[in-house]
Amino acid sequence: MSSIVVKDLTLTYGSVNVLNKLNIDVAEGEFIVLLGPSGCGKSTLLNCIAGLLDITDGQIFIKDKNVTWEEPKDRGIGMVFQSYALYPQMSVRGNLSFGLKNAGLPKPEIETRIARAAKILQIEPLLDRKPAALSGGQRQRVAIARALVRDVDVFLFDEPLSNLDAKLRSELRVEIKRLHQNLENTMVYVTHDQIEALTLADRIAVMRGGIIQQLADPKTIYNKPANLFVAGFIGSPAMTMLKGRIEPGGDVPVFRSGDAAVPLAGYDGHAPAPGREVILGVRPEHVTVRPAGVGAHAARVDLDEPMGSDSLVWLTFAGQPLSARAAADHGWRHGDAVGLDFDVSKASIFDQASEQRL
Amino acid sequence: MADPSTLAAAVAADTAIEAHAHAGPRGARPRLAFSRRNVFLYGTLIVVALYYLLPLYIMVVTSLKGMPEIRMGNIFAPPVEITFEPWVKAWATACTGLNCDGLSRGFWNSVRITVPSVVLSIAIASVNGYALSNWRFRGSETFFTILIFGAFIPYQVMLYPVVIILREIGLYGTLWGLIVVHTIFGMPILTLLFRNYFASIPEELFKAARVDGAGFWGIYFKIMLPMALPIFVVAIILQVTGIWNDFLFGVVYTRPDTYPMTVQLNNIVNSVQGVKEYNVNMAATILTGLVPLAIYFISGKLFVRGIAAGAVKG
Repeated sequence: MSSIVVKDLTLTYGSVNVLNKLNIDVAEGEFIVLLGPSGCGKSTLLNCIAGLLDITDGQIFIKDKNVTWEEPKDRGIGMVFQSYALYPQMSVRGNLSFGLKNAGLPKPEIETRIARAAKILQIEPLLDRKPAALSGGQRQRVAIARALVRDVDVFLFDEPLSNLDAKLRSELRVEIKRLHQNLENTMVYVTHDQIEALTLADRIAVMRGGIIQQLADPKTIYNKPANLFVAGFIGSPAMTMLKGRIEPGGDVPVFRSGDAAVPLAGYDGHAPAPGREVILGVRPEHVTVRPAGVGAHAARVDLDEPMGSDSLVWLTFAGQPLSARAAADHGWRHGDAVGLDFDVSKASIFDQASEQRL
Repeated sequence: MADPSTLAAAVAADTAIEAHAHAGPRGARPRLAFSRRNVFLYGTLIVVALYYLLPLYIMVVTSLKGMPEIRMGNIFAPPVEITFEPWVKAWATACTGLNCDGLSRGFWNSVRITVPSVVLSIAIASVNGYALSNWRFRGSETFFTILIFGAFIPYQVMLYPVVIILREIGLYGTLWGLIVVHTIFGMPILTLLFRNYFASIPEELFKAARVDGAGFWGIYFKIMLPMALPIFVVAIILQVTGIWNDFLFGVVYTRPDTYPMTVQLNNIVNSVQGVKEYNVNMAATILTGLVPLAIYFISGKLFVRGIAAGAVKG
């Protein structure tokens, strides 16, 4: 059963098309992450699902009910905002009970729900404090609890962790994942942080310019990006893009760039026809740096970025920059000649003109 | 265990710090009490303060003197014999036209004008501002522009048309007529004030309240109003001061028995028969100005805070 169905959603501000005929289908209990750079329409889409923005065209169904014209409160959603959006003059308890009081729930019911949400998010000792007396992490917990007490099927998160520092962010990330595991609600989560997307999502929708570029599970998104944009956006450090063309080889076609030739044996996709101008995308961890003369290709070391657990080595390969992950104690320095091996089965080839993966 | 060579380096660094320890200045930089900066700063402040306080001083001193003492001409001299009779006379027995009950009549008229005008104008303007910043509707920007345009039209242009309007709806010469006029003329600036303040409140708060099922009035009373206290104080100060000090509307739209305090003060001070009683005039003037002064002293801090809060985002 589908939990949320968005059908042909279009939103225009004046002459600007923010969302254009967008379709997405979220399954019951699924964790969907909307990922993209700022201005890609991901928050707009979330606000449309919440009913906080009036749409221009299309339909929205939540739990098989057409909610296109419904008020936010009647859609069966709970929402968590980036800036927490807690009511500053109310205590935590007041914040949690505000929506329930508006819905006219009986007092004992409100009490039970608050107690339950507070227990799940461990904010019981904070119930009588004002938001101003809470830390950022505590505030976001309260904001999540406020969505929780509404006892809804669908949770909407609008960049909930963006205002927190790195340490708290990773803590709360785990907590949100655990929450999803326990509650098994449908969650739609907007972020521009790819780590959040990859760690949390059942499926990721990568968006750009109001269009979903790829909707797939994190593994597919990472290993088989649908196009150049997705490939460049996902992955840190980023995928290296090598320009070149396909030439006929012995048994398999060969990717040629300058004087370097990479045989495309074992490529996971459509091996393109010879003569095509393409881009070879390789993730740093799929490039192995070897001593000079050992690897299949030759390159020169440009720069070394130690990252603690490992090291990112920038190389010049066939006149183009290429990054590779290496052991932290590799010992190569600027100017050293080294050898290289590619894992072609994990690489991606994109058409230069259409930017689509082949 | 530390490597001996790094240990040696650390010791070397210590001695290098040691060598610099006693040389030159240390701690906070000394500040001269009579630096050129301070002299200019405080000098200017004192001169400006004197400039504004001197007239007030003369008013207070004169109002506490008897007429013979005033006639001697030393206006800066403190009173030899302090008398409160001018104050009593100004308040209770000074004559304007046929009425000889002093400023007290005007005072109560002004109260009866100011309180409803302030409450009414602020209540309407705050809802206006809230709607204009949070519930954008088709044409809301145009509506706002027209409203603000009203702030730039000189009042004098509209005096006579308003007289006709008030006459037609039967409010001319009544206190309620004047209250309506004050409410309308306060609307542009107050709406601007509230709209900008509400625009500075994060939009997500408003969205959260909508998800929580609060409606137009629910969000206004439970979320926005409690957050807007500073700007309400600013609006109250602006309105109380403006309406209390108003002379033009008061003299045009009311009748002698409903004259506000300012008009009555003018009539006392400018009466041409008999002796000019400077002490009574001074006392009457101070009495009239007391209300805005008191408001300012009570809420000055809030005023500045509210102005600053509203000014951040527009």
